Amino acid sequence: MTVDSSTAPTVSSVAASLTKRGHVDVGDGVFRFALNAAAVAVLVILGAIVVLLFKGGFPALKEFGLGFFLSTDWNPVTEHYGAGVMLYGTLITSLIAMVLAFPASLGIALFLTEVAPERFRRPIGTAIQLLAAIPSIIYGMWGFFVVSPLMASTVQPFLTSIFGPIPLIGMLFSGAPVGTGILTAGLILALMIMPFITAMFVEIFTSVPPVLKEAAYGVGATMNEVFRAVTIPYGRTALVGAVMLGLGRALGETMAVTFVIGNANRIAATLYSPGASIASTIANEFPEAGPGSMKLHALLELGFSLFVISFLVLALARALVRNRMEG
Amino acid sequence: MKMLDRRLLTDRIVRIVASILALLALVLLAWILWTLVWRGATALSLSVFTEPTMPPGRNGGLANAVVGSLIQVAIGLAIATPIGLLAGTWLAEVGRGRFADAVRFVNDVLLSAPSILIGLFVYELLVKPFAGFSAIAGSAALAVLILPVVVRATEDMLRLVPGSLREAAFALGASHHSVVVHVLWRAARAGIVTGILLAVARAAGETAPLLFTSLGNLGWSFDLDKPMASLPVTIYQYAGSPFDEWVALAWAGALVITVGVLALNILSRVVLAPRGKASK
Repeated sequence: MTVDSSTAPTVSSVAASLTKRGHVDVGDGVFRFALNAAAVAVLVILGAIVVLLFKGGFPALKEFGLGFFLSTDWNPVTEHYGAGVMLYGTLITSLIAMVLAFPASLGIALFLTEVAPERFRRPIGTAIQLLAAIPSIIYGMWGFFVVSPLMASTVQPFLTSIFGPIPLIGMLFSGAPVGTGILTAGLILALMIMPFITAMFVEIFTSVPPVLKEAAYGVGATMNEVFRAVTIPYGRTALVGAVMLGLGRALGETMAVTFVIGNANRIAATLYSPGASIASTIANEFPEAGPGSMKLHALLELGFSLFVISFLVLALARALVRNRMEG
Repeated sequence: MKMLDRRLLTDRIVRIVASILALLALVLLAWILWTLVWRGATALSLSVFTEPTMPPGRNGGLANAVVGSLIQVAIGLAIATPIGLLAGTWLAEVGRGRFADAVRFVNDVLLSAPSILIGLFVYELLVKPFAGFSAIAGSAALAVLILPVVVRATEDMLRLVPGSLREAAFALGASHHSVVVHVLWRAARAGIVTGILLAVARAAGETAPLLFTSLGNLGWSFDLDKPMASLPVTIYQYAGSPFDEWVALAWAGALVITVGVLALNILSRVVLAPRGKASK
């Protein structure tokens, strides 16, 4: 028997050679079958999710065509449903979350890998990871009862006073500061995905070969320069992948967004405006969608589109992260 | 010299900004926990755990929701753990080539699929065809959430088991399954248990997948084919209600669930596997 010297022998390779010599074990056959069946079960579950969501949403797709994704009309009275508002709300809140969470995660990961004294790194890192473990409904309640009033009374008037006079950008920060809305939803999403992205950034930063960093320090670079000239370029692809994994989380987050987005079926220029995301709409409207109704089909079609979006984001992110780690 | 000063100053500023950001993250954690304690502790009493949910105006508790959550998470765990353990073992020990890559990728997709879609899926699979919301549907949704975490943890932990252990076991004439069961699973046990605990912590706090499956129930119910209350769904319903005593109970529930989830996380991170990295 030949064993590839670069890898340890696997159970299957050794077991296969044993079987060849006549050591056939009935128990092994059953066990092997159970392993295979479990692996297939994983595939079947995802397959079933895709099929059932597609099938459930298909009547809506047939009724409204591709216009479903562009129409901003969501009217239970006329039975006309479109996903435009929700697609906009999902993308814009996730975009705000990325814009806020990316620099924050970068800074915190830098702190945890370079700035903080060695003995504080683990406890502080663990504390920040606990943020990722807090259930999303808690973020929703906290966002609704604590952050939203603060946004309305302080943060939004402040932002308006700063950005208001600037043309175009000012429009984003205009309107009544009501607290709940697109901006607050984006902010809460940013807080939720920040620990997740930070953890991946820390892993990427620590995977940079020390010799590269030492060489840069050796020619007199400061920590900041090593970070910019060595660490960031070395991990660039993986960093982008990590951010996209965070984006994937933000896109599908339900409970926290439902609490703070304001749940209104409209698109407005200002970020203060209440809106709706795909996930918040499904959570909110589902109780009023009877079995077999066009509304239920429309909600399932929304769900299917959310699945497709997050699948594409994940596939891309995974390719980027893997490239770096293997290369 | 001026050039050097500027570089050192920039370095200083970057360090300070990074430290402030990390400090803000810690403040955020403290702020959320403080809010929960401040608003939740006042509403927390023994009756929260002994009385079921009641109509507004009568002092109810959350006992049926807590028990409902425990039942559904336990059943979900019982469904997902064996399948996840076997599938993870398959990935680490048997699967090779494109098919194994496909299974691994599909598991990652399940791991990151928005949890509300899991709820919709189980609604279409178990609720709609069988005419009714049920605790078993809620458990199934939680199982779909738990499964990919267990698969990932099992595979990662088995890959850390040194090949020499496998060789030694096979050299003694052990069969394939006894090597896996008696040697590999045993060696990887701490890490796998960590993964399962983290999966339980995640599932226990999930609201979205239960909204369309076990629905919630205002009274006691132990029927698995009837709607059953759960803590996150009850919190969701109460927090959005116009009754002050319900909102107060929601905060008490929020405190309970957060303490439980964080305790599980700390237990798995600090006690069981200090260097475990399976937590994703």
